[in-house]
Amino acid sequence: MYRTPEGKDIFVVDGHTHFWDGSPENQKNIHGKQFIDCFYAYHTGLSPKEQLWEKSKFEKYSAENLCNDLFIEGPDDIAIFQTTSLSDFYKTGFGCIKRTSEIAKKYPGRFIVNGSFDPRDGEKALEYIHFMKETYDIKGVKMYTAEWNGASKGWRLNDPDAYKCFELCDKLGIRNIHVHKGPTIIPLNKDAFDVHDVDHAATDFQGLNWIVEHCGLPRLDDFCWIATQETNVYAGLAVALPFIHSRPRYFGEVIAELLFWIGPEKILFGSDYAIWTPRWLVEKLWAYRIPEDIAAERGVQLTDEIKEKILGLNAARLYDIDIAARKAEFANSPFSIAAE
Amino acid sequence: MQPASAFTSRVIELWRRLGEVNDPELDEPITEMGFVERAEVVGDGSVEVDFRLPTYWCSPNFAFLMLDGVRKALDQLSWSPAYRVKLHDHMFAEEVNRGIAAGKAFGEIFGELAEDLDLETLRETFGVKAFKRRQEAVLVGLRQHGLTDREILGMDLTALDAARFEPGEAAKQKPRYRAAYVERFPGRRQVDPVFLTCEGAPIPTLTLGAYLADLRAVRINMEFNGALCRGLKHTRYKELGVVDGEPTLVDFIMDRVPVPAATRI
Repeated sequence: MYRTPEGKDIFVVDGHTHFWDGSPENQKNIHGKQFIDCFYAYHTGLSPKEQLWEKSKFEKYSAENLCNDLFIEGPDDIAIFQTTSLSDFYKTGFGCIKRTSEIAKKYPGRFIVNGSFDPRDGEKALEYIHFMKETYDIKGVKMYTAEWNGASKGWRLNDPDAYKCFELCDKLGIRNIHVHKGPTIIPLNKDAFDVHDVDHAATDFQGLNWIVEHCGLPRLDDFCWIATQETNVYAGLAVALPFIHSRPRYFGEVIAELLFWIGPEKILFGSDYAIWTPRWLVEKLWAYRIPEDIAAERGVQLTDEIKEKILGLNAARLYDIDIAARKAEFANSPFSIAAE
Repeated sequence: MQPASAFTSRVIELWRRLGEVNDPELDEPITEMGFVERAEVVGDGSVEVDFRLPTYWCSPNFAFLMLDGVRKALDQLSWSPAYRVKLHDHMFAEEVNRGIAAGKAFGEIFGELAEDLDLETLRETFGVKAFKRRQEAVLVGLRQHGLTDREILGMDLTALDAARFEPGEAAKQKPRYRAAYVERFPGRRQVDPVFLTCEGAPIPTLTLGAYLADLRAVRINMEFNGALCRGLKHTRYKELGVVDGEPTLVDFIMDRVPVPAATRI
């Protein structure tokens, strides 16, 4: 719960968090090292100075760090884990679903665990989706279309194999498809930021919600156009939001575009923890005003009401979270870290 | 600074040439982005350039385009030196270095990995984006100056050359827009309107606002990459051009004293 300086309680759903192990012990090869180094560069490049972590903590943080940063020091009420396995780079996976599920089990109601799959695995991908549903009862998945797999150097959401997987997701009630469209690793030679496949998939699967992480930056214009046409396309703010600190005016331009094109109901907060911690992001977002000239240009405002939607109400709708019930529940049993 | 010796003037020429190479995706000089980590004229006059991108994962096609640009820039040096260009800490560093040294094309270096990529198409795509971004900065600058949309769209090359801006984005982008305009539309006369779409169509006065909104979206995208790359580059490796915030010889050569905030972060 985030208590505003005016004393209002805001329910926060953090739409994008990780519990990773990028430590040297878990790295399989040089790619594993370079991957966590790249994340660390994001962390150091865009965080306020007083929020910087030591490299070793960033590589592998404890469950206690996680809970503290999100729920105790941090304002989150519910956090969504996005699974990023990267099994070619890490021995036990970078962020594996087994590890996140164990944490989630310890703190009922606090975490939502999303799975992931690679449609290029064909039948195996379908089996794996069944497995994740039965074992972890997942409500969503994280898709990474720029990932390599054998000879393939990426895939598209509207590939036939992907459609088979989404048909199955639709059938099993895995409704929230988070798609990584933003800074990519290994975009070899394609325009790996291209977002047009979202358009096709969102049209063909109306029953699924398509949450485009990093709001399609750096293809914000294409993304906005698509999200305007498709009622089931949403923007995840992870990576865009930290600019609120380093380049506040620029953040104003981004959020003004999003509000103008896709509106306040379809923007979701996400910290991308542990790249950034949610507390400073939420505090800065709450205090933020779009610079006047930018707001006037687009005729939009980032009001408190809109901020509340972005911080929790919108994600609650996608994940069937009963906010009143959860508020009461959390008030009765405040978060405390379980003994190891 | 001391009067320029032959050596110093070569160093200055080297950095000036390198400063003409842009990151295709960001439309920023590679020298300003800090990608040129070292560029030296050694004893026998030959040149060594060390190149490092913000991440190990940076797109190899962009890496190639930039190094190809470096190669062309070095070919234009007045003393025609032998040179060595090296890309560091990139997942395809070996392939790219070998290929660049042998004067190979991108497709030859990456073989089947390159698939059907046509680098010229990519160059054009980013050429269009650069044109738009530069044009937006100038148009916005002119509006801020108090010119009406009609006056702005009536400007020809002479009027553009006469326009003066306070230091800032418009001042920086004016000569760059001019260069992109002349390159894209070589047949235009001095008296033709200097602002037109990248396809060569006139911009109606009434729609300038909407047109600018489109251009703004292009800039927002490019700035995102630029800001991210700067942040990543800075934190991945210590910024070599600046020691303890004090300008170095390179800063004087690059005419960036005082050191811009972006390279200090």
